[in-house]
Amino acid sequence: MDFVSGLRCRECGRAYPAEALHVCDYCFGPLEVSYDYERVAATMTRERIAAGPRSIWRYADLLPVADPAPVDLGAGFTPLIRAERLAAELGLGELWIKDDTANPTGSFKDRVVSVALTKARQLGFKVAACASTGNLANSVAAHAARAGMESVVLIPHDLEKAKVTMTAVYGGRVISVEGSYDDVNRLCAELTSEQPSWAFVNVNVRTYYAEGSKTLAFEVAEQLGWQAPDHVVVPIGSGSQLTKVAKGFAELWKVGLLDEEPSVRISGAQASGCAPVATAFAEGTDAIRPVKPDTIAKSLAIGNPADGWYALDAIRTSGGSCASVTDDEVIAGIRLLARTEGIFAETAGGVTIATLAKLAAQGVVRSDERVVALVTGHGLKTVEALTGEVGPTTTIAPTLEAFAAAMGGDSLSTNESDARSTS
Amino acid sequence: MTIKVRIPTQLRTLTGGAGEVGVEGTTVGEVLKALDAAHAGFAERLFDDTGELRRFVNVFVADEDVRFLEGLATPVAEGQTLSIVPAVAGG
Repeated sequence: MDFVSGLRCRECGRAYPAEALHVCDYCFGPLEVSYDYERVAATMTRERIAAGPRSIWRYADLLPVADPAPVDLGAGFTPLIRAERLAAELGLGELWIKDDTANPTGSFKDRVVSVALTKARQLGFKVAACASTGNLANSVAAHAARAGMESVVLIPHDLEKAKVTMTAVYGGRVISVEGSYDDVNRLCAELTSEQPSWAFVNVNVRTYYAEGSKTLAFEVAEQLGWQAPDHVVVPIGSGSQLTKVAKGFAELWKVGLLDEEPSVRISGAQASGCAPVATAFAEGTDAIRPVKPDTIAKSLAIGNPADGWYALDAIRTSGGSCASVTDDEVIAGIRLLARTEGIFAETAGGVTIATLAKLAAQGVVRSDERVVALVTGHGLKTVEALTGEVGPTTTIAPTLEAFAAAMGGDSLSTNESDARSTS
Repeated sequence: MTIKVRIPTQLRTLTGGAGEVGVEGTTVGEVLKALDAAHAGFAERLFDDTGELRRFVNVFVADEDVRFLEGLATPVAEGQTLSIVPAVAGG
């Protein structure tokens, strides 16, 4: 049994039942899930969580649907990795990478889709649908297959090849739309009115879907020994993930799972070619002006971010910042993370790392802070971005001589024990 | 000049369930005012106190967001479709 007390409009406060509703009928404001936190606090303990599955479902008491057999491929409980070499390069102290490349379909979207389709199935939906920049498409197609649901996934026509293949392989319908992501999104928002029997995970069940991102905050706190970090750097597409990370830390405190009240600065990361939130932050305005995206970070290429205003608000009230980075900096970010920590991120991860580097250089992210950077998707999804950037060091004939010639001037570290035994 | 207006689920209680209605107007603002005259209640749902579109209301003319055009002053032509779409979607 879940602890949901209903849905409530974030703008005007009107209450709604926990059904397939995502916006307020009156003002079109987003609906937010309300929980009975007193009952959650009486139930949810660190021991109960530790005894739960090694997935997002260990935090089911703070998720909007309870199901003993959720639609699940094992999303969540991804590694939180101490990044000492990256920290040293950036002049930071305690830095951690939340490695969400380790999710079943390679991105954080498995968190939100597992929640969305579990709720959709409970509400009686038989078809899973979405508008996607790619990662969501992968995850919806996979989870729908797992659940035995049909899927209809709409994507912009110019997606990375791997993201198309990683969606189509699951056998659902993949509709390639001649337009930008914002066009696809508008089409799906209209389709939701025409196909009310389909669960569009990021439209009519978006209220539930978005809650899945809170598990990023839950895991980070648990993995840090039930402590919140000082600063989290989060990529911004729609802005939903950033607002839910903020909500996640606040909820842990509210239900008594943290010893100290969290004071987490939250900073946002965008690509310069699609930076409506970073622009509004820099200009000190509340108004998010939509843009036409032009960036290699396609998973963040949302020119009209649904939660942009709330993300901006969460950044400002937390004392965080928001910055954007060029495509060249994105590629440098991908390579820096790979070289220093052995983690291969997609372009959105490059945005996060490059923004972290920029904010560290500006002294915004500080060396006395415990910092967590969210790396939300795997590099294999966007290998095109590295075309011409990385490849074989050299190509040789299969002979010892050719190898020696190729390595001639290259002094690699020597294994010390071998060096001693031969001296 | 009659413009076809597509109505989202959330506002179909105002149109007796119709997903599409035709109203007169030469700009987006005129069309939306005519919509309110024909089906009372649209104006308070779509506009804030200053008469601008609410933050979470998107309006498209021929599939282009009017915020990229001339907002409420955007001209509309015979045969074009105007769509009212809740902004909170996607991502």
